Amino acid sequence: MVNYALADAVVITKRQLLQLARIPELLVFSTIQPVMFVLLFRFVFGGSIQTDQPGGYVQLLMPGIFVQTVAFTLASTAIGLAEDMKKGLIDRFRSLPISRGAVVIGRTFGDALLNLLVLAVMALAGFAVGWRPTSGVMKVSLGFLFLFMFGYALSWIGIYVGLSVKEARTVQSVGFLVTFPLTFLSNAFAPTTGMPRALQYFAEWNPVSSMVAACRQLFGVENQFGATANSWPSQHPLETSLLYMLLLMAIFIPLSIKKYKNTSH
Amino acid sequence: MIAENLIKTYDKGKVRALDDLSLDVEEGTVLSVLGPNGAGKTTTVRILATLLRPDSGVATVAGIDVAKHPDKVRKLIGLSGQYAAVDETLTGWDNLVMFGRLHHLGKQQSINLANELLERFSLTDSARRAIKTYSGGMRRRLDLAASLIVQPKVLFLDEPTTGLDPRGRMEMWKVIEELVMGGVTLLLTTQYLDEADQLADEIAVIDHGKVIARGSSDALKRQVGGERLEITVESDDVAKVQEIVTRISRHATHVDSRTVSAPVSNGAGALIEALRALDESKIHPLDIALKRPSLDDVFLSLTGHVAEETVIEPVKKKRGGRW
Repeated sequence: MVNYALADAVVITKRQLLQLARIPELLVFSTIQPVMFVLLFRFVFGGSIQTDQPGGYVQLLMPGIFVQTVAFTLASTAIGLAEDMKKGLIDRFRSLPISRGAVVIGRTFGDALLNLLVLAVMALAGFAVGWRPTSGVMKVSLGFLFLFMFGYALSWIGIYVGLSVKEARTVQSVGFLVTFPLTFLSNAFAPTTGMPRALQYFAEWNPVSSMVAACRQLFGVENQFGATANSWPSQHPLETSLLYMLLLMAIFIPLSIKKYKNTSH
Repeated sequence: MIAENLIKTYDKGKVRALDDLSLDVEEGTVLSVLGPNGAGKTTTVRILATLLRPDSGVATVAGIDVAKHPDKVRKLIGLSGQYAAVDETLTGWDNLVMFGRLHHLGKQQSINLANELLERFSLTDSARRAIKTYSGGMRRRLDLAASLIVQPKVLFLDEPTTGLDPRGRMEMWKVIEELVMGGVTLLLTTQYLDEADQLADEIAVIDHGKVIARGSSDALKRQVGGERLEITVESDDVAKVQEIVTRISRHATHVDSRTVSAPVSNGAGALIEALRALDESKIHPLDIALKRPSLDDVFLSLTGHVAEETVIEPVKKKRGGRW
């Protein structure tokens, strides 16, 4: 059964990759937006935000944009699933003798693979505009592993949202309504010190901030945009990020699989 | 396949989609569940196909309880819904191979089967095109092909021709008739009365979540009344024809402008008799016919309303959103 579960999930993942092969535009669009963000932030804000960071704003910016981009996995997973629901494809999958988690697990795999590709393209774009991580191959790789895992954890929230909302357009709006404030009310693009007190507090505990701080640390950059208070998350960004990711997965993997099983029951 | 006393409500009991519905289909036969939108057809299929749990009642497929052993049931059934439930961005071939793999067939076996099914449903030429370029009829055929991967013992077709043009419908009927010849047990829902007439051994008419009549198409028609002899002539001849028809029928005749009609017991005999009488009287009929009641008449006489959308089926309403 377990073997089949994995084999079934792989078939679903392959289907997603096949979609990309059949419609290459999809691939272009999913990579073009993050690249555009890199360029816009680098050249629009980069010139006016003063930092004493060696190498300039782009060193602080890239971890922020990486985290923001993988955070959008939540919405893209949810939209993909909601579309499958609407088209009746999920009904068909559910009428097949396949293991109950395979369909959603397969989708999270597919979105994770897509994330790897998007991260690679962004890293190249960042490199082109002056991003130079200085911490060595090991730490940089660990940073990307963190990003990859963060995207994967959020993908599971996306599964839950997609199964609950079931209308791709609603999911899209909800996705933006959640993801935008979360990524901007953080240390990703600007110092949190400029925010009102309540928002500073929020930003301090925002998982996005922890992730950005962790990536900055792993890429060898001092986190000049966070750590206003001496709160635990800002002192221990790696641990906090890891805890957030594990917590999200521990909650949403069983919840989503259960939801999938009971959908429309 | 048996469904007993199925009850399913939505919106906390406010909408009663199935209200004590029972039906059974004998192995190797075709039952058509006929009813207007909102009658509970899709809900019935979804329960039998393990997608939905009834609030109460028992459903078994090939002797297996669908609520208790959905996995076992899923190995025996094929389901093709109102919407082509395939991945539209992929090609027909991609889809069939994927479904083969999901049925745990080997790679080569899946490929062979996909080629075979495409051939059988006349889709070979379009095999390598994305489904979104397919016509409605082609999509339905591919969807049906996808439900036949493991040669299901029991097949559910939920409104297989809704939304198709006449040609697409005829092609679909042909495909379904071939399947039935192959011995599959089929439950087919439809809101087209002629479709049930054409394809089914037995018809269960449902309305408001209940079976209100069942039997063969002929039996249902008899329930409503026998045949009527109907003759249309030039206005000058109406009186004379009325005389002839009354003699043959021995019932009251009905005259509607130039058309005279009356119930007859021996339809074919009455028709011959009428033709002879007309010929002897040198009357040239504009039209002469033996009219059997249509299933529309059946529906009207059973439910007191014509077959039309009466309530919003919660299942359909939610399809856009929930499913």
